[in-house]
Amino acid sequence: MNLSVNLGRLKLKNPVMTASGTFGYGDEYSEFVDLDKLGAIVVKGLSLHPKQGNPVPRIVETPAGMLNAIGLQNIGVDKFISEKLPFLRKLDTKVIVNFFGDTVNEYVKTAEKLSSVKGIHALEMNISCPNKQVGWIIFGTDPRVTYKVVKAVRKATGLTLIVKLSPNVTDISLMAKVAEDAGADAISVINTLTGMAIDIKKKRPKLANITGGLSGPAVKPVAVRMVWECHKVVRIPIIGMGGITSAEDAIEFILAGASAVAVGTANFINPKATIDIIEGIKSFMSAEGIKSLKELIGAVRC
Amino acid sequence: MLAVNSGIDPLLKRPFSIHRRLGGDFQILYRVTGKGTAILSKRCLGDILEVVGPLGKGFPVKTTRDKIILVAGGVGIAPIFALAEEIKMKKPLLFYGARTKDEALCLNELKSLGIKPVISTDDGSLGAKDNIVNVLKDFLSHNSVGARLPRPYSQLLTLNPSPVTRHVIYACGPEPMLRALSLLAKEYNLKGYIALEQNMACGIGACLGCVVKTKEGYKRVCKEGPVFPIEEVVWE
Repeated sequence: MNLSVNLGRLKLKNPVMTASGTFGYGDEYSEFVDLDKLGAIVVKGLSLHPKQGNPVPRIVETPAGMLNAIGLQNIGVDKFISEKLPFLRKLDTKVIVNFFGDTVNEYVKTAEKLSSVKGIHALEMNISCPNKQVGWIIFGTDPRVTYKVVKAVRKATGLTLIVKLSPNVTDISLMAKVAEDAGADAISVINTLTGMAIDIKKKRPKLANITGGLSGPAVKPVAVRMVWECHKVVRIPIIGMGGITSAEDAIEFILAGASAVAVGTANFINPKATIDIIEGIKSFMSAEGIKSLKELIGAVRC
Repeated sequence: MLAVNSGIDPLLKRPFSIHRRLGGDFQILYRVTGKGTAILSKRCLGDILEVVGPLGKGFPVKTTRDKIILVAGGVGIAPIFALAEEIKMKKPLLFYGARTKDEALCLNELKSLGIKPVISTDDGSLGAKDNIVNVLKDFLSHNSVGARLPRPYSQLLTLNPSPVTRHVIYACGPEPMLRALSLLAKEYNLKGYIALEQNMACGIGACLGCVVKTKEGYKRVCKEGPVFPIEEVVWE
């Protein structure tokens, strides 16, 4: 049985990755998960300088989901390279580093730093954050801004470049095409959906940040639909994510067109979720007589 | 972290402190405050619940030679009781505030540990009608102690004439109590440790959802906490 899949030039031993922001820098999960068994680890998003993040409450549970407004708290790219990367380098899995910036220049500088060290196999760009240079327009919601920033990072790195798309757009397939045209090697679909929850007695938002990103099983059907829409218009591989908690969920995404999947919120519910999903995919393949997982990619019959 | 249900509703596990350890088992003590604890209260003997733990850092007590003052507010008695049980040989003092007499828990169990708590309630149905931090302040100030403290404690005071700076506080309770306690600790130059609560998703340090502001920036309640040195926490 062959579970390996490709993200451009990058070959994964299986399609199960971790979603950025849900798996720390990997070491947090090492007592629960044999990290070598994962297809890839995607670490918490990094910026050029450390970021302290938002005030609390940062998370709130919602029906079959959760809202988060962590505020991209992270230790910064330099500290990641000196303190976290040595641990990740020793692992027998692919290390994908998620990153973001406030300006195009910050994206480029961060990408350059991450491309100059050993042990990183791919970069994932988070474009769901505001561009402070041009009046807080979210990089990932304006196709022209998306094109510009992806193109600039493409020039700055020789690593496999993944662009993580925001679902908070009218037509995600357009954004997928823009990312492909600007030189992305793969796309991650989807980031969280912007949401809000209100405490009706206090008449106040439940999150200090007012709004936050919705994740978990609640978003899964939206995410599957978006993967399917993107798969129709791009040739580059898609990493499907959004509410995956089981092998069945993962296979749904693969049938919709994902070459790989990322497990996010499920890591919080069950620290071993990634491993359970890998095992579940194997069982499904053997029960269905599937020899290579690649047979399933985009195989939904509509 | 404890799952009150299997499945995705509610989605997340809930953080609880360990209340008592009995052989290989442990107990948790909780108040029904929301959806998760309401479901938990309907689980029956023999039901199997998933737990990830123990996690985080507890009260550092093993080496202290100081006179220990335990402070509990409401259901915050849960971990304070565990601590009292562990350090009963050190004869800790316990200040325990609750809303009403009925919500003052574990009184018999405390008695069997040989601990007589100073109790206050919001409605005066048991002990002083005051908040427990005020009562502790009276104790520390040595002034109106006789008037306000029940007899065993006025006796204790005379038995323990040590200077107040040699007391160390260990506390768990609602945020306003901990906040007031941190001011008191500062005023009397006391060391202390407080157990904090926060909304949590993962409980293992990955999601960064449960942070608290400290003098060294945000720290994770689940990982660096839930117990923090009292002077380290920055109240907003």
